[in-house]
Formats: sequence, structure tokens, C-alpha cells
Amino acid sequence: MGLQFEEWVEKRHEYAREWKKRTGGKVVGYFCTYAPVEIFYAADILPVRIFGGHKPSSLVEPHIYNVMYCPYCRDCLAQGLEGKYDYLDGIMIAQCCIHIRQTFWSWEKHIPVDYSYYLYMPHGTQSKGRYEYLKGELDRFKKSLENWIGRTITQEDLDRGIDICNTNRQQMKQVYDFRKQDDPSITGLESLEMVLASQLIDKREHSAALQGLLKELPQRELDRETGARLMMIGSETDDRIFFKMVEENLTLPATIVAEEHCTGSRDFWNEVVPQEDRLMAIAARYLDRPSCPSKDWPVRRRFDHISDLVKDFRVEGALLMQQKFCDPHELDIPALEEFFKNELDIPTYFLEFDIIVPEGQFSTRVEAFLETMVDII
Amino acid sequence: MRELKLYPTEPLKCWNKAKELRYKYYKDFVDAKDRGGLRWSGSAWAFHAIPCGLGTDVYSLTGEPYGATVTFFSDFSSRCLEEAETTGVARDLCAYLRNYWGGIILDKFILPDGTIMDEWPRADFLFTSHVCCSHAKWYQRAGELEGGVPSFAIDISVGPYPDREDREAALKYVTEQLLESIEWMEKVTGRDYDDTLLIEAITNECRSLTLWADICSYNQSIPVPMDEKTMFSLYVFTTLHPQRREVVDFYQELRDEIKDRVERGIAAAANERFRVATDSQPPWSALQIFRYMQKEYGVVSVGSWYTFGLAGAWGEEADGTFVPLKTPQEQGLTLKTREEALRAYADLKLRNWGWGTFQSLDRRLRMTDQLIKQWKVDAIVSHLNSGCEGSAMAQLEGRMALMKKGFPVVTFEGNMGDPRDFNLTRAISQIDSFMESLRLDRLPM
Repeated sequence: MGLQFEEWVEKRHEYAREWKKRTGGKVVGYFCTYAPVEIFYAADILPVRIFGGHKPSSLVEPHIYNVMYCPYCRDCLAQGLEGKYDYLDGIMIAQCCIHIRQTFWSWEKHIPVDYSYYLYMPHGTQSKGRYEYLKGELDRFKKSLENWIGRTITQEDLDRGIDICNTNRQQMKQVYDFRKQDDPSITGLESLEMVLASQLIDKREHSAALQGLLKELPQRELDRETGARLMMIGSETDDRIFFKMVEENLTLPATIVAEEHCTGSRDFWNEVVPQEDRLMAIAARYLDRPSCPSKDWPVRRRFDHISDLVKDFRVEGALLMQQKFCDPHELDIPALEEFFKNELDIPTYFLEFDIIVPEGQFSTRVEAFLETMVDII
Repeated sequence: MRELKLYPTEPLKCWNKAKELRYKYYKDFVDAKDRGGLRWSGSAWAFHAIPCGLGTDVYSLTGEPYGATVTFFSDFSSRCLEEAETTGVARDLCAYLRNYWGGIILDKFILPDGTIMDEWPRADFLFTSHVCCSHAKWYQRAGELEGGVPSFAIDISVGPYPDREDREAALKYVTEQLLESIEWMEKVTGRDYDDTLLIEAITNECRSLTLWADICSYNQSIPVPMDEKTMFSLYVFTTLHPQRREVVDFYQELRDEIKDRVERGIAAAANERFRVATDSQPPWSALQIFRYMQKEYGVVSVGSWYTFGLAGAWGEEADGTFVPLKTPQEQGLTLKTREEALRAYADLKLRNWGWGTFQSLDRRLRMTDQLIKQWKVDAIVSHLNSGCEGSAMAQLEGRMALMKKGFPVVTFEGNMGDPRDFNLTRAISQIDSFMESLRLDRLPM
């Protein structure tokens, strides 16, 4: 089962090209998980999240300042400039951090696409008037898509889009429940690949695979020691090499049992709650979701979500990771370290990620962290 | 490049007044408690007029100008930065923020004359706007470091106003937040709110911001009456306390003086022969690069989107020409109620150039082109400022767009607020090479 998600992630470009051929539909690349994917599904468009290729590229250097903009945003643009996403019919961003905004604008300027849209997603997810305002932005986005595809997106279409996304979210949450077990029947790497795949392929196919997985998981036993129960917290992470290293290649056993990042729980933890006004319902879902730190103010709601995960998944240690230069996460990390120490009494270890994971260095460092967590003598 | 000729120069008459005004601003904040007053702190991009409804004894500290002031005193800045770093603050975060947080952690505060005070003046509340990734988070954390000071932020990320579609929705969203912020301030301070004071402050702030734009417009003249290094000490009031009557009065006086200089042909630099514009905050610890360019090459920086429009209120004519915006009253609006006043205020503030450039690459490129045309700029000197991700946004795209047109642009790396990240020798060497490429010889001594 894990192999299917892995393959989808590995062959995401091939999948998207084949999907286009098979369905005759359009594919749009989006840059941040605040993009309201329900509306794409309502429009019969395949939304695919744009990821980097974990490969340094000099192509991006003239466009983005490399000593202060994160490797993820630069890697994404590099993939576009290298033509890896030449099948995209359009691009879209829901406003989030400055770095990925720069990627969107540079992409829009230098990589021709038929359609591009910048949605003014509010930063103030706790501000007065946010629901009404975002609903208006979603309405403009919907109309823009309608103009592009040449048809009206009806209420029934929106219901279908919502249902596709909600079903997928519910199923992934059910899969996550199996990570709460004493010996989780799904690894952190497999879970990461599951979430990544959900952002890359048609969610209906993904949900069908999840159905099979959910039948299998109660009986599934992994031939591995669970060891220390770790949680990953931080920026965008699609570094499967790192997850594999932690779970398979260290002397001390460890399992990543939960994640709080946008390729983990932050992306799918809440659903669209039905309302008569479908766009208002979608707006509420995105405003009320577990926040990216860039939108988590003035009250720190993000820490409540983290605390719940720590308790529910019985986390013993947390790896605080961030993409190098990621301001939103850097801004939270001192407070987050204090929170873990003072409120949760859980040890943390900080790691800074770049385009390429320094596997040797990181394995030494994570192993040292694990040693501090267990009585090994 | 023009032939070398010498223009008459004079010192600015209101220079000392500017220094006094700036010193008083910080001193008032420090001394506020002795007078039973209130202190608030927040971004230079805050809606400054809002807290004024709480009384006439309400004083602010805006974080970015304070961070710049700290940077000017390199030793103190290094102490603040290092103290912040020891608590886990990343070195690539906003350099102003790191100087500010470092001061709280050190429990030290510096005045513009370099006096270091042994106690950080704790604010009663924190009030900011938010458009880059840092502002609301800055004060969220500052409140925690100060032991639980409440914070409030206005989300202004509504796109490049007024160009965006359905600007009414954007205006409504921001105005609603402003209304909410007043209720919040009443709650956290326990004070009643006076709309008369609010309207007076809004009137002052709008006047200050439009006056500054008016002043900058005079820099289109040749020779330029006010160079950018001098402007750094003058624009700052738009980011400190533009809502105060004394700032309006100062800008009126400055505007009259600059107008007079233009009429009489008084130059900022006697040897002006080549005009540049910059495109970010400068490295505050090394402003001598401006004097170096001027002294050695007759190169004068006439401004930037930053000095002109960080807070200055600009409008745009149909042909793209930038003109000072009219105040709400000049636009024929009446500010009689809280709602009317806040709406007019938001409509003016949302046109801020900085807020627009943080939310639109096209806006930034277009603005640069217009600045070059309107202010008769011969080249761009671009400070790749690793201290501010917002200003760095689109800098390289801007450079590339200019180079494609064959327009001269030079970059140098630095940091507005971290003296450790600036190499003066290297920056000067890059400037020398650039001048050489432009065939701009050194001036005879």
C-alpha cells in the first residue's frame, strides 16, 4: 500500500500528464495549502501542489535573493524554470509568506501559463470581518475560473468539490489514528508520502487508495521497533530522505508518529462544515484550520493544535525543523521551544533544512538527540 | 551625466529642529509614565492616529525607526543582536526586530543621542499593522518578552490598493478592524475613547503624509534640493508620530524651505552631476557610502520608493505620474463620525507604496520605472538588504528588468540593521567598479 503513495510522489509529473490525457481536463499548480482546492475540484480542474526537486539550480539565482529567501521557494521556481512543470495550464497562490509569493510572481513573469491567479487570502485569520472578506475573495476566484473554463461553477459543483476534499481529509485523519498505537501500523515516511500524494494526485483516486489502506491497517504489523515517538514540527517538509533516515537508518529506533506542518496535519485536520452559503463554508474552513505561523496571531492558536497532537500521539520528543530563512517559523521557534519545555515537558531538537538534506550530519545530530531521550547505559 | 558645474548650497535651516523633534519623540515615550500617560509600541506602519483617542498623553515607540537608531550605534546594536541570538532568535530575521527584541531581553534602551538607559520602557499595549511576515509576530513575541503586554494587529494584506478589483471590500475589511481595535484599546487600557481626538489625529496624520510626498516632489528638480542621506533624518517623522500637530508644522516649514531652495537653485550637493535612486533601506551603520559617492564622483541619491513612499501618501495621475495625494478634506470628505474618519483614513493609508510593493511585483517594477522617469534618475544603486525580506522582494527581478532595458544598476550586499553583515570596503569597491563602468571619473580633489 505504501508503495502506491510513494510511486505517486515519485512520478507526480507523469501522473499529471497522464491525468490530462485521460480526462482532457486542466491542471493548475498551486503554491501554498491555503489554496481552496475545493473550488478547483468543483471546476473539474486538477490542483497539484508545486514542490521543489531537492536539486540545486543556478537558474533561479537571477530571480530570488539566495541569502535570505528560503530554499523551498527557490527550489520550486527552479523546477519551473527547468521546465519540469511544463504540463501546467495555470498557477495559483493563496497569499501566504513573502518568499513563496516571490516564487509565484517570478513564475508568472518568466514561465508562460494560460492562467494565473493571486488570491488575497487574509493574514488575519483572527481579524474581525475575515469570513465575509475571504468569502468575497473566493467568489472573485470562482468567477475568474469560470471565465477561464467557460462554464458556471454551480452549487452542485461546489458540493462535489467539498465532498471530494472532506472525504479525503476524513480518511487521512483515520489513517493518522493508527499512528497513535503503541506500535504504529504506518510509519512516518508512509504517512508523509500519503499526505504528499493527496496534494499531487486526484483526491478521488487517493481516497480510493485510502479506503484499501484503512481496511488493511488494523491487521498490519510492521517488522520494526517503534522506539522513540517523535513529532516533526515546522515549515513545508517533503524531505522523504530525512524521514527514512530517522526511521530506518539510525542505531537507535525511532518513529515519527505525528507532524505539524503543511505536508502533514496542518493541511487536512479540519473540514468544510456545511453551510447554506458554500463559499462562506469554504472560507471558514481555511480561516479556522490549524494555522501556519505566518497567520497565527495575535493569539497563538497553533500551539493548542501542537499540544493536542503531542498528547493524542503520545509524543516523546519533537524535531523542530524549518526551511533555512523561513521567517514565519523562525519567528515562532523561540516561543515554541519554551512551550515544549515549560508547558509540555517534552525535549526538542532544532534542525535547519536546505535544498539537500545533509544526511550524514543530520543522522549524527538526531541520534545524539535520541540518546538524550533514552536510558542507554 | 552632466558636465561638472558647481551649484550653490546651504545647510538646511530646519535641521536642528528635526533633531530636537526626534529626540523629544523618544524621550516622551520614556517619560510617559512620569506624567501618568500611556505607552504603546508597534510598527512604523501602524495606524498611528487610532491610540490618540485615548487621550493627549499617549506616546508611541515605532519599532523599525527604533531598530535603525540602535543600528547607528554599532556596539550597542551588536549587544542587542547577540543577546537575541542567545535566546534562539535566527540571525536572518528582520534586523530591526532583532535589535528591538534584544533590547527587551537586555533590558536596555537607547536614545538618539546614544544615551543607554538601564530599563526597557515597557509599553501598555502593542498595536501594529501586518503585511510582511514579521510585523504581527514581532509584537506578539514582544508582548510575551515584556511579561504579557497585549497586542493587536490590523491585517492590511488586501492587495495593491487601489488597483485591486473590488477595493470597497478591502476598505470595509480594514475599516472594520480599525473599529474593533478601538474597542480593544478601551478594554486593555480602561480608558474612554474620544472621537474628537481621533479625528484630529487622523487629520494631522493625513496632512503629514501628504506633505512629505509634496516635499519629495521637489526633488525632481536639478539640482536636487535635498539628498537622500539628509532625507533619512527627515522622512522618519512619517514613521514616528505623523499624527502629531508638531510634525505637520515641521513638514510645512520644511516644505516651504525646500520650495525656496528649488526657486533659488540651492543644491544639496554642489557637485551634483549624476543622479541615482536606491531601492531599499540603507545600511544604517554605514551611511557614509552616500557621502562617498557624492564627494568622489558627484553622484547624488535623490531618493527611493523607500524614502518617498514608506509612509508618504501618493496618488497617481492617468498617465502614471506620481503626485502628492489630497487629504480627505481636500478630497471633499467630511470626517464627522468615527466611521467616516476611519474609512477615509484607511483609504489613504492603504495606498502606501510599501504595502503595495510587498503585494505586487508589477507594482514595484512600474514604480521603479516611474521614479526613474519623473525624478530624472541616471542609475539605480540597489542595496541587497538581508535585514528585510519585504524590501528584498522583487529586488533581483527589478534589477533584471532594468538591465534588459540597458539601464545601469549596481547591487551591493548588506543589512539595514546588523552592522556585522556589512562590509564597507567591499561595498565601496563595488561602487567604484560601477562608476568606472559608467565612465564616471573621480572628481578632482
